[in-house]
Amino acid sequence: MSLNIIVLAKQVPDTRNVGKDAMKEDGTINRAALPAIFNPEDLNALEQALRLKDANPGSTITLLTMGLPRAAEIIREAIYRGADSGVVLTDRALGGADTLATSYSLAQAVKKIGNYDIILGGRQAIDGDTAQVGPQIAEKLGLPQVTYAEEILDLKDGYVTVKRRLENGVETVKSPLPCVVTVNGTAAECRPRNAMRVQKYKYAASPSEAATLSEERKALLEKRPYLNLQEWSAAYVEADPMQIGLPGSPTKVKNVENVVFATKECRVLDDSDAAIEDLIKELITNHTIG
Amino acid sequence: MANFYTDNPDLKHHLTHPLMEKIVALKERNYTDAEKYDYAPLDYADAQDSYDKVLEIVGEICGDIIAPNAEDVDHQGPSVADGRVTYADATQVNLDACRKAGLMGMAMPRRYGGLNFPITPYIMAADIVSRADTGFENLWGLQDCAETIYEFADEDQKKRFITRVCQGETMSMDLTEPDAGSDLQSVMLKATEQPDGTWRLNGVKRFITNGDSDIHLVLARSEAGTKDGRGLSMFIYDKRDGGVNVRRIENKMGIKGSPTCELTYKNAKAELCGSRRLGLIKYVMALMNGARLGIAAQSVGVSELAYREALAYARDRKQFGKAIIEFPAVYEMLSVMKAKLDASRSLLYECARFVDMYKVYDDIAKERSLTPEERKESKMYSRQADALTPLAKGMGSEYCNQNAYDCIQIHGGSGFMKDYACERLYRDARITSIYEGTTQLQVVAAIRHVTTGTYLGLINSYLENDVKPELQGIKDRIRVMADMYAKAVETVGKVEDQAYGDFMARRLVEMAGVTVMSCLLMLDAQRNDSFRRSAEVYLNLAQAEVTKHAEFINTFDPEKVAEYKVM
Repeated sequence: MSLNIIVLAKQVPDTRNVGKDAMKEDGTINRAALPAIFNPEDLNALEQALRLKDANPGSTITLLTMGLPRAAEIIREAIYRGADSGVVLTDRALGGADTLATSYSLAQAVKKIGNYDIILGGRQAIDGDTAQVGPQIAEKLGLPQVTYAEEILDLKDGYVTVKRRLENGVETVKSPLPCVVTVNGTAAECRPRNAMRVQKYKYAASPSEAATLSEERKALLEKRPYLNLQEWSAAYVEADPMQIGLPGSPTKVKNVENVVFATKECRVLDDSDAAIEDLIKELITNHTIG
Repeated sequence: MANFYTDNPDLKHHLTHPLMEKIVALKERNYTDAEKYDYAPLDYADAQDSYDKVLEIVGEICGDIIAPNAEDVDHQGPSVADGRVTYADATQVNLDACRKAGLMGMAMPRRYGGLNFPITPYIMAADIVSRADTGFENLWGLQDCAETIYEFADEDQKKRFITRVCQGETMSMDLTEPDAGSDLQSVMLKATEQPDGTWRLNGVKRFITNGDSDIHLVLARSEAGTKDGRGLSMFIYDKRDGGVNVRRIENKMGIKGSPTCELTYKNAKAELCGSRRLGLIKYVMALMNGARLGIAAQSVGVSELAYREALAYARDRKQFGKAIIEFPAVYEMLSVMKAKLDASRSLLYECARFVDMYKVYDDIAKERSLTPEERKESKMYSRQADALTPLAKGMGSEYCNQNAYDCIQIHGGSGFMKDYACERLYRDARITSIYEGTTQLQVVAAIRHVTTGTYLGLINSYLENDVKPELQGIKDRIRVMADMYAKAVETVGKVEDQAYGDFMARRLVEMAGVTVMSCLLMLDAQRNDSFRRSAEVYLNLAQAEVTKHAEFINTFDPEKVAEYKVM
């Protein structure tokens, strides 16, 4: 049985290798100082999708990402590994979106792609670490969701069986299709880029990228239609302007602080009730809790 | 998140050597494949970009998967049960990664599903893989047996077997037997022709690397009653047909992840590859030349790792209040290690380019007749490749052993413990100067190029290059070395005594080798300043070697060879 698989992915700043200049004075991320990478858990999700494709010949994988036009880079990365095509949802109007606006926008794009059997995505992105977008998309599309997935064990007869990695063990669940599955970082690593596919698709470009290319390369895009990556606007996916970008985002970021954990974070208390009560009071006072 | 290609800019320096433009244009038949295959390069820049991107994949797999697995593979190793080999778990992970990345059949033509890479970038991948895990390089690198099928098998066999190699099936070359090691003329495995034209193989092979592979090239005696190399033919055995079992695997000192098998053939069905009687004298010679280049690459990879491990430890280890790298005794060792590494790598890629040049002409000659100029050029590169291959293998493997030794030495007592990678690479290095022909046999292969003047011709052609003023001193000193070498060849040649000639052969070959490598490093420094230091350091070493050998030859009384004879 061939499947239509959508993989949700995000291009993120590589926060695993943060230097001194990673944050600007105003607390926002200095994107120029951090290399943009394929969000690691989205790669885990892609691997699960590729395994489904291996097991179900004829299946197609479409990568969907929202971000700046340069996010086309991760579509190429996914195609190098075995995905078939991809869409960059990009529009100035989408900027400043919180998870609610993001999931709405992506859900609209998913509807536009249509005819899908399963939607996979990483558990969370390393820039925001919210783990909210996948589940919210499922809600907006009215689909069942399986979170913290570690392995897709089986997919047949309209159901998918998934092993979930939870805090205290694993759980195996079965969900009807279509559904949304968000994949944990403990799942299998994504396979490497394939040498032949890299050579075949290295000149794939989105319309924004194509605009900056030489005539020769533009001609190549015309000659080889499969090298044209899709770029969709908010209007194209029929998104309500009030539900996207800043207007659609109830979350307002007041301040972002660079918290540096000192090595001596640990404090030893004696085991008296008074000592514990003092600590609770202190934590309430400094707004750590309450 | 390590990448063994991008973290080593020396590789790109060799990949972008000026001769590559010609090699690639010939290999790609002026880029006409781009019309037929959507992954073929459009022009030279595009081809280079593809090599670069594919080597980046190799570097990433090596840095992130194969190197971190090397210790587990070394500990677990392969096992054998019921005649079949099971790789160490992590070896299987490595192989899967290489298959999914499409790194099998890299040098094979596109019509069989290969990447059509020239030998040079393919050998570069071998260099990188070996740094990650020397033993694994064997399993991966045996794909170059497909080259022999490509060159000598018929079209039907090429279609059936090369396609499978490109899809990730592994290979082995079954040559050695209990009584036929270096002396392959003594191979006894019996091949009997059947009425249907297929053959049956019976007998035993020993020391077969990856002996439970999917597709075997087998050297066997097809001509009953013969005793020499002219009675041997080459066969292809397909594991799917059955009949070959693994009796045992060797318990080795190093490259433990690579199963070394003893094989029993019981009426194993096989098919003839090429023509009868040419098995040893033509096909194995070609196969061995390819394999020797592979071992030269493997050696350079080990040298690279040895240097890096030693450097990291020397920077980190503090004694007498400072890092040990600050002591002249230590930094001299390190710079000599780097110089040997750079010298053997330059020789490796010079050799690979020469192999590329003549092989591509051989291939073109199957499609059309070569012009007289092309024939002449092909012949020249073929001779030079034949001269440089035993040097690259022989000296490269000796250098990698020396570097592995020095790597442990720099680690001091810690290096003697099992806690550091250096003890593994010391064990892994040891085989490189033994298999695919010992260093002593490389000398036998190289010596005719001493006597016929191939090396001197090459050295003179290198010295015809104009160099930057700051390299002129190096060039002048190499000229002195070349003269000493020429004189030593003359001195030895005057004495008509076979035993004396054999006795001096290694000295002469080494003199040629270090002089060639000095030239190559000078030319590297001409193209790229970062090689300047190695060019200087290596030259000091090389000149001392040449002087030492010249002194020995000059003062040695040919009558005294007998005194060395131990009975």
